[in-house]
Amino acid sequence: MNFRERLQAWRYNLVPDHLVGEILTKRWTDNAIPFLALVATLGVFGSIIPGFFKLTSLQESTRQLGEFSLVVIGMTVVMLGGGIDLSVGSIFALSCFSAVYVFFILEQSIWLALAAALCTGLIFGAINGYLVGYLRLRAFLTTLVTFIFGRALFDILVTTYAADVQLSQASSDVLDFIGDGTFWGLSVSVWLAIILAIVTHIALTRSRPGWHVLAVGGSRRSAHNAGIRVRRTVFMTYVFSGFCASIGGFLIACRLSGAGPGTGLNLEIMALTAAVVGGVSLGGGRGSVVKGLMGAIIVLTMTNGLIRLGYGTGTNQMVLGIMLAVAVTVDIRWLKNRHKVLNEVYVAPVYLKMGETQSAAPGSGTSYELDNRLSAADHIGLGELEGPEDVILDRDDHLYCGTRHGEIVRFFAPDYVKSEVFAHIGGFPLGLAFDRQGNLISCVGAMGLYSVSPDRNVKRLSAETARSWTSIVDDARLRDPNDCDIAPDGRIYFTDSTKRYDAHDWALDSIENRATGRLLVYDPKDGSTKTLLDGYRYTNGVCMAHDGKSLFFAESWACRVHRYWLEGPKAGTAECVIRDMPGYPDNINRASDGNYWMAWLGMRTPSFDLSLRHPDMRKRMTRRLPQDEWLFPNINTGGVVKFNEKGGIVETLGDLSGNAHPMVTSMREHKGYLFVGGILNNRIGRYKISGADPNWTSPASYWGGNP
Amino acid sequence: MNATGWPNWRRLNQEGIVFAIAILLFAAAALGLPGFLTADNLVAIVRSVSVLGILALGMAVVIIGRGIDLSAVAIMAMSVAWYLQLLNTGTSDGLAFVYVLAGVLAIGLLNGFLVAYADVPAIFVTLATGSFVFGYVRSQLITQDAVPVPGGHWVELLGGIRFLDIPIEVFVFAGLAFLVFLFLRYTKWGRFIYFAGDNPVAARNIGVPVRPMLVLRYVLSAFVALIAGLLTAASLHSINTRIVNSTLLYDIVLVAVIGGIGLSGGRGGVRNVLVGAALIGILLNAMTIIDIPLLYQNLIKAAILLGAIIVDGIINPRDEQTAQQGDI
Repeated sequence: MNFRERLQAWRYNLVPDHLVGEILTKRWTDNAIPFLALVATLGVFGSIIPGFFKLTSLQESTRQLGEFSLVVIGMTVVMLGGGIDLSVGSIFALSCFSAVYVFFILEQSIWLALAAALCTGLIFGAINGYLVGYLRLRAFLTTLVTFIFGRALFDILVTTYAADVQLSQASSDVLDFIGDGTFWGLSVSVWLAIILAIVTHIALTRSRPGWHVLAVGGSRRSAHNAGIRVRRTVFMTYVFSGFCASIGGFLIACRLSGAGPGTGLNLEIMALTAAVVGGVSLGGGRGSVVKGLMGAIIVLTMTNGLIRLGYGTGTNQMVLGIMLAVAVTVDIRWLKNRHKVLNEVYVAPVYLKMGETQSAAPGSGTSYELDNRLSAADHIGLGELEGPEDVILDRDDHLYCGTRHGEIVRFFAPDYVKSEVFAHIGGFPLGLAFDRQGNLISCVGAMGLYSVSPDRNVKRLSAETARSWTSIVDDARLRDPNDCDIAPDGRIYFTDSTKRYDAHDWALDSIENRATGRLLVYDPKDGSTKTLLDGYRYTNGVCMAHDGKSLFFAESWACRVHRYWLEGPKAGTAECVIRDMPGYPDNINRASDGNYWMAWLGMRTPSFDLSLRHPDMRKRMTRRLPQDEWLFPNINTGGVVKFNEKGGIVETLGDLSGNAHPMVTSMREHKGYLFVGGILNNRIGRYKISGADPNWTSPASYWGGNP
Repeated sequence: MNATGWPNWRRLNQEGIVFAIAILLFAAAALGLPGFLTADNLVAIVRSVSVLGILALGMAVVIIGRGIDLSAVAIMAMSVAWYLQLLNTGTSDGLAFVYVLAGVLAIGLLNGFLVAYADVPAIFVTLATGSFVFGYVRSQLITQDAVPVPGGHWVELLGGIRFLDIPIEVFVFAGLAFLVFLFLRYTKWGRFIYFAGDNPVAARNIGVPVRPMLVLRYVLSAFVALIAGLLTAASLHSINTRIVNSTLLYDIVLVAVIGGIGLSGGRGGVRNVLVGAALIGILLNAMTIIDIPLLYQNLIKAAILLGAIIVDGIINPRDEQTAQQGDI
């Protein structure tokens, strides 16, 4: 290894740059930016303004924060539903006036004033909702106009009744308490804001109407097609916003014991800025109440802080304008580019120098030498099948295979012409195995380990294992269960090929070449799943040795086969028995002569082997080239290899024509025939093995003669 | 643009209705209100809508291209306020004007850049820049709400120019309207604005430089706002920055929308602005003569604007196929 390669190996194998991509897949990264902004804002203003964190000062600012947060919660819900409500300032002011009018001028009870305020908000919200939801007007302009309308109305009312309110003698202890009192150190407005925030959060995340709001905001057309009443949902968001703003208005009426021309002024742009700064997405579908609240605190701290620092008229508008522009731009750009960034940084290739291999070329004279025998195989289900990754036969000679469509198909003996869907799984069934009771066990890609009983009951056995503490990506979930086999005691040993990619992204895993494959065991006695081995490059086929005391498993991208000991002196350890093969190994199964069959899904190429020594090149490739121009492992040629207990190669079969079985992912010997499947093939092949035991079957080899 | 007959008919119909209402209103006012049908009052009507009409011309160009410029009034008031402030503090006229031109250009470019290249909805961009322009100029560059025109300055003289007893801003309005008409109707760039407003993706596919033209429109709108601001200062001998918080902005949108320029873009022209301006001018004048307080006038205008938007929503329903996510 020269110096350049050593540097590359250190750089790409020791620096954990795959973690950046894993962190970006987390949903909480969306919250991180507004949260940091919040901490920064509080830190800056807390240090500049003397006494910022003093109790009395906090109480006064939190009182205002409570009212503001209520308005922002309403705005957040409207925005989540894909709209916007600019009339919150008017609703706030009008509700405030209604409460003041009922209490001070009509001299009714405070509760009637509350009812009046709420009514005002609900009616105003309903008008908005009707115009935007049912008449489908543009939310921004419509609520802008209702905002002007409401404001004009408020200005008229305030100038008309201001003197009367001043002269009124009405007073109430309840009003004073709501306006000035505290409960457990917090003012009523803060308590109300907290309660409403919790209720709204639960409603949005855990109730049907909340999901409908998010669905409508996420995609109006899809929501409509899914049967959601889009118009009513939009209507309800505006009513809710009106409701929230009216509570805020009632609270400020209590706090100020009156309404003035400044009530609710600029509230709409503040609330909008708060929601957007907090990370509630324009256009809907993304965001949460918590984000809205974070934005509310940021905006209020900033505007109040600037006032207390003594900056003049207009500073608030300036700062709000800057914040709104920056937040909206960041939001739009982030939304547009997030998946691009993720795609770019997620693939983080590592360095690997593959060992020298023997040639598999025809006529090379090695034990790996490919021949043309498989091209003579008969075909089963030609054109009916798509993607029989694994094939298996039962005691009655029926043939089973998984398909890309998420089904397990059964072909009937003896001629394998008639077929039926044996079971519908829903995911792509990969590895298959029969247990002692005749249940068909299957590793289903991206789903987990499943069992299908002879009477076709599909049952999930396992979909997760223990989570490791150091992993950022959730490695408890099985992302790519690939092949399984069953020990004499009934325990199911299976592989999970990668932790970082889903089953259909196996090609990305091969380019990255990071060792994240696992060997796991499922214990049917207690239903537990344990991770036995970790850190292999795409663990694939699993096969019990004939004596049942050890198992073989394939490590595809490293072109190796390992033996894992279940009992004996080496129990619990693995040793490499075949290394540096010229092909990428897939499933392994027993052969009648005491040896083992192994499928090659593809063949190594010097170019790809070279690229594995240049992780920087593969990184550039995934970032700059379209996917169909990438360098992949060659999967256009494969074959079947027979090896013995010691790892020695006995023989190799291939299809040089490339017509019938260019790549092979599985093969199963049964009564003198070899049944061959391929994940990209459209048939199952049946090849007559010369000299094989015509009575040997796999179920008998595992579980003894016919019961 | 309208190959099929009936949408054209319906559009004409809306404009026609507004025009008919304007004439009816005019006739009613002429008959019912004393002093309405005098030469002085008619000049006053035209004069009162001149600045509004000029701003609406800029807005119309932006709206036809499927955008909106909510920063127009802020640019109008604040640029001129800054200009006058610079003059009052002794900066030479040429230098001050260059500063202001540069500032207006910068804001127009910023609007256009964020809308065109950052793909941010126009409504938010211009709301934010409008707020920023007002806040920045008010807090950093000028000292009080109203800034007077220095005595003997050309802006003051501009306000005194009369031709056939008609003040200068009427001619500026007419001239600008004619220029915008020529631009929209007879130049390649003008036609491109309609394409881009009607279907931006298709316009881009046929090779229209959609993004640079978006920037152009916002710069244009900003300069039109500057002209309107200078004329306002010329006739009032000062500029009051509180106008930013008034309903002037909504009046501009009202003129454009009520004249029949669809908010979804691609439709309308200068004639629609003239019709809208005529109706609003007559309405405002009539309300003033009847002596309706300003607050109630706002209420009535808001109600009319709401009606106009509802009618616009029914006649030009949102096209769900070309509407974009976040296009609210």
